[in-house]
Amino acid sequence: MNAKRIDKIATGVLYAIAAFVVIILVALLGYILVQGVPEISWHFLTSPALSFEAGGGIGIQLFNSFYLLFLALLISLPISLGAGIYLNEYAPQNTLTGLIRTTIEILSSLPSVVVGLFGYLFFVVQFKLGFSILSGAFALTVFNLPILTRSIEEALANISNDQREAGYALGLSRWETVTKIVVPAALPSIITGIVLSAGRIFGEAAALIYTAGQSAPALNFHDWNPFNISSPLSPMRPAETLAVHIWKINSEGIMPDAKAVSAGASAVLIIAVLLFNFLARWLGKRLYKHLTAE
Amino acid sequence: MDKIRASLLKKSIASKIERRGKIISLTCLALIILVVFLIFYFVASRGLATFFQNHINFWQFLSGTQWNPGTTGTNGQPAVGALPMIVGSFLITILSAIVATPFAIGTAVFMTEISPRRGAQILRPVTELLVGIPSVVYGFIGLQVVVPFVRNTFGGSGYGILSGTFVLFVMILPTVTSMSADALNAVPRYYREASLALGATRWQTIYKVVLRAAIPGMLTAIVFGMARAFGEALAVQMVIGNATLLPQNLVSPASTLTSILTMGIGNTVMGSLQNNALWSLAMILLLMSLVFNMVIRYIGRKGKLNNER
Repeated sequence: MNAKRIDKIATGVLYAIAAFVVIILVALLGYILVQGVPEISWHFLTSPALSFEAGGGIGIQLFNSFYLLFLALLISLPISLGAGIYLNEYAPQNTLTGLIRTTIEILSSLPSVVVGLFGYLFFVVQFKLGFSILSGAFALTVFNLPILTRSIEEALANISNDQREAGYALGLSRWETVTKIVVPAALPSIITGIVLSAGRIFGEAAALIYTAGQSAPALNFHDWNPFNISSPLSPMRPAETLAVHIWKINSEGIMPDAKAVSAGASAVLIIAVLLFNFLARWLGKRLYKHLTAE
Repeated sequence: MDKIRASLLKKSIASKIERRGKIISLTCLALIILVVFLIFYFVASRGLATFFQNHINFWQFLSGTQWNPGTTGTNGQPAVGALPMIVGSFLITILSAIVATPFAIGTAVFMTEISPRRGAQILRPVTELLVGIPSVVYGFIGLQVVVPFVRNTFGGSGYGILSGTFVLFVMILPTVTSMSADALNAVPRYYREASLALGATRWQTIYKVVLRAAIPGMLTAIVFGMARAFGEALAVQMVIGNATLLPQNLVSPASTLTSILTMGIGNTVMGSLQNNALWSLAMILLLMSLVFNMVIRYIGRKGKLNNER
């Protein structure tokens, strides 16, 4: 066999492999959407779940997912921003900084179930927060911190030094240069990083099973006082999210229409992740245009 | 005179702001580091209690095959043998990596070398999107599609190592593919040009030059995928059957470290042997993720040396 023939065969094999992978991936997406989208209706999205009879919705779980996402971002964003700024702007290039970077990398590679178990031990048991939104939000924060810090650090590193020198030339201190010039310049990529990490938080379940809990008590959507336990805003109530709900009804098997509900919920999750992805790209581009006046 | 002197000696507002800013950002960083140490401390303090408080022999824990904490096994000791879970975890991790690697690398080569335009337009966005799909969704599809398929094709209940491998294969495929594609893209263009100029065919260029130059990057991608597979909890737990027995074949129900952890932690009392034994499993999980991390760093360092030479 000559080299040209082998080349043709290899090309054919590579085409076949790529086609096979594309078929798997498309079938995966198609299966979720075809099975799930017909289940989605206004009733499904807004009504509470029913455990022993068919026809329940995912209203409370959907609300919990968004509320937890919001709280987790609210806590993790300032911390990651500060840490990212220090790592990129202040930290000297030495062994200690290298060690710190390694530690953050280790945190980002921890299995999410370990993060969840730590959250259970630390927030639920040690701090006696119980299975609550607050415990869940803290666990998600731990899960999110390394990823967000890393993406913010990268965003800051991509800003050219000219910008910093311009700031110093105007007599600004380093901190003022960072907060008034570098961070605004990096804002488009920072926002993209935040929205992408939001997609990950939204679908996370393993870190939440033992922190935010596996039950979704009924909520009174007319009571917005966060100190009432039945209020949607109450941070001390247990809150099962959409992803946890899918896991739970499938492993317990007492809900008669578990398959239909989880298909619909999976489709909602996927669509949300898709939207987060598009939003990240769109917002990043839009902000970049706006800020650079291009 | 004194006024000027005082204003010269006093710290300026800007330098105060500067100091405050530096302290704030350093505090944020210190907080993250503190969290990492807290995780290790808390999991280790619980996980080690099995060996120091309950006096379980460490090697018996690793090599025992009976898992039923709270009862005594055939040797008169508490039945806390973690071997079935350890074997289960390693089996599905290695098997799914073996299945996923050829597909991932083939697709990555196709994306970067054979059809870069189609790769950039279709394959790359799709794989990047699939990286973000929540793991419970993979578990649900595994339950609906893979388990019945395995049951009808290979017999048994359908729950087991094989189903877990299939689910993890699809799950880590996008991650490994997109990281391998990055590694291939990082190979300088002049490597390819030099090889083609010598009269090598495209396949010879890919096989003898590009793939070899990208080996460290692709190894990193595979180990990264393995780390993800090892730590995955819910998707695996849904399809593996959760029987704490040593897997006899690929279609009998088995269990992994993560699946037993997610099932058990809520049903045991804090501080009891049953609970401590579960934390020991979590500790093994933590240590393994450290090992994966070290392997990735080692490959990275080796790769750098090779390229510099």
